[in-house]
Amino acid sequence: MFKKICGVLSMLVECVRMSLQNIFANRLRSFLTVLGILIGVAAVIALITTVNAFSGSLSDSFKTMGAGTLSVTVTGSDLKSGLSTKDLNALTELPAVEGVSPQESLRSRISHAGSHDTRIRVTGRSGSYFAKNEGLVSRGRPINVIDENNSSRVCLINSDVTETLFYGVDPLGETIYIDGMPFSVIGTLADDSAKSVTSIMNGSDEIVIPYTTAMKMNSVNVVTSLTVYLADGVDSDTANDELEEWFDALFSYEEDCYSIMSMSSIEDTMQSMLSMVSSLLAGIASIALVVGGIGIMNMMLTTVTERTAEIGLKKALGALPWQIQVQFLIESFLLSMIGGAAGIALGLGLSMFLCSMMSTDFLISVQAILLGFGFSAAVGIVFGWAPARKASRLNPIDALRSM
Amino acid sequence: MTFFRMEKINKFFPMGEEQAHILKDIDLTLEEGDYLSILGPSGSGKTTLMNIIGCLDVASSGRYILNDREIEDLTEAELAHIRSREIGFVFQDSQLLPRLTAQQNVELPLIYAGTSPAERRRRAQAMLERVELSDRMNHFPNQLSGGQQQRVAIARALVGGPSLLLADEPTGALDQKTGRQVMKLFGELNGEGRTVIMITHDTNIARNARRIVHIIDGELTEGGDAADV
Ligand SMILES: Nc1ncnc2c1ncn2[C@@H]1O[C@H](COP(=O)(O)OP(=O)(O)O)[C@@H](O)[C@H]1O
Ligand SMILES: [Mg+2]
Repeated sequence: MFKKICGVLSMLVECVRMSLQNIFANRLRSFLTVLGILIGVAAVIALITTVNAFSGSLSDSFKTMGAGTLSVTVTGSDLKSGLSTKDLNALTELPAVEGVSPQESLRSRISHAGSHDTRIRVTGRSGSYFAKNEGLVSRGRPINVIDENNSSRVCLINSDVTETLFYGVDPLGETIYIDGMPFSVIGTLADDSAKSVTSIMNGSDEIVIPYTTAMKMNSVNVVTSLTVYLADGVDSDTANDELEEWFDALFSYEEDCYSIMSMSSIEDTMQSMLSMVSSLLAGIASIALVVGGIGIMNMMLTTVTERTAEIGLKKALGALPWQIQVQFLIESFLLSMIGGAAGIALGLGLSMFLCSMMSTDFLISVQAILLGFGFSAAVGIVFGWAPARKASRLNPIDALRSM
Repeated sequence: MTFFRMEKINKFFPMGEEQAHILKDIDLTLEEGDYLSILGPSGSGKTTLMNIIGCLDVASSGRYILNDREIEDLTEAELAHIRSREIGFVFQDSQLLPRLTAQQNVELPLIYAGTSPAERRRRAQAMLERVELSDRMNHFPNQLSGGQQQRVAIARALVGGPSLLLADEPTGALDQKTGRQVMKLFGELNGEGRTVIMITHDTNIARNARRIVHIIDGELTEGGDAADV
């Protein structure tokens, strides 16, 4: 029994050796054959690794900035189109709420000393926003309560706007024109000031002015978009319930007047969108695997025909049908695995490149590598089966006569 | 002792609508240790007969009893087993695999028989020594002369320790001098007690055997002792 197993093992070793010999004897043809597998596996690996890295960094940034906030968008009812200052104060009084930060956006023409006239998104924010998110201001001062109450014409600008408008001149204390109205620059925004949910969707702020000023410029007197900061130790579900109760009462229980989003619900939506997109793309990429498999099948069928004489000879020398079948299966398996290994290498390289382009951390995913090997093994066996079976069924007489 | 017995063996091959009658009522008995030559012109059915003797093919009708076994009753696996243990083939052209060295070619039957690598190497080397090719073991077929290739093929046929050596026109592709060398080797192998069947269309070559049968158009006639031809 033991001897029999050893015999089978040493036969398998010989099969591997002979298969490699055959694969490398036809180097160019083998390469062209595995190209399909290579591309398919590379695409799948690159997709999975990149999407994983991206969703990892997404949830990281959601965690760091998202804890303890809810974002509220008000569409309003016929009677009440948004929140007044009084409403905001009442909202702040709720036990679950520590503070609120309204915001109001507009697109405006910006210029400085008669120079450029560009259209830029201007965001109105409150002093509490700057108080809650440290590190937003790189130089100068943030917006404060006095600016809010007076609807002052002050602004903070980011480095892009600084560059466009000031060409290296120190912007602090200078005056810029927003829709023709003069604003004095009180500070500059730090480069990574992506601190709110909306900033993830819309990009980071370019110009920030007091939200009261922004409301005036938009000719509105109610707040329709705000971030709610939760009191310590209040989880977002409880807070959500409390806020819903309050808003329902405010809008006299009319439906669809407002929506409350928590960071985790936004993250869930984004992650599921991401995984949907990635499985769609992986599905498309796996078409390349099928095409690659057909390529391997085609080459194996050709090989069997070319080596009819060899097969006949081996059978005449005592090879059993299953031994011939195993030999050809091993050959297509190895061929596919070689393509798969190259594909994994290419895929990892590709995703490393993509990750550095998106400046997310690159993580080698063992799962993706196993998947790549699994795919190519499966392709090799599935598409090698029919040719190997054909070889094993050749009649030795006919095979020898073909020599 | 009787090595094999054939009774009324017929072989037909489909040829278009018709059946070509290639072997006609062949009766042949072979004793163990015999040296038989099957002599006949090209197309007379020699190779077809050899394939049946070597269990590569089965007859359309008739009985073939090899070492007390009715060949008709055996499965394909059992036939493969007989081919790898009991019969050594030397084919019409030497039929070496071009990408394997002489030694690897000789090892081939042992691989499928499940012999261990060390044992395989030992026996292949011993066999190549036997055919006087110990200095050519790692040469590839295209680095060997026709006679050397044929000797590798003979070593491969013998490596499994078969009781029957079956050679189809072993000198067909060789010049006279190398042909004589191969014949000398066959004589020695038979002298060592192996049963040998050699197929040829050449009367001079056939004379090397101890017994000759003629095959013409698929019909076998006893040719008596080699000396009479
Ligand atoms: N597998 C086969 N199918 C059809 N015809 C065959 C087959 N094998 C041999 N023949 C025919 O049988 C005849 C004898 O062939 P063969 O035994 O090879 O002759 P020899 O070896 O004596 O030259 C030839 O006419 C050949 O064409
Ligand atoms: Mg012939």
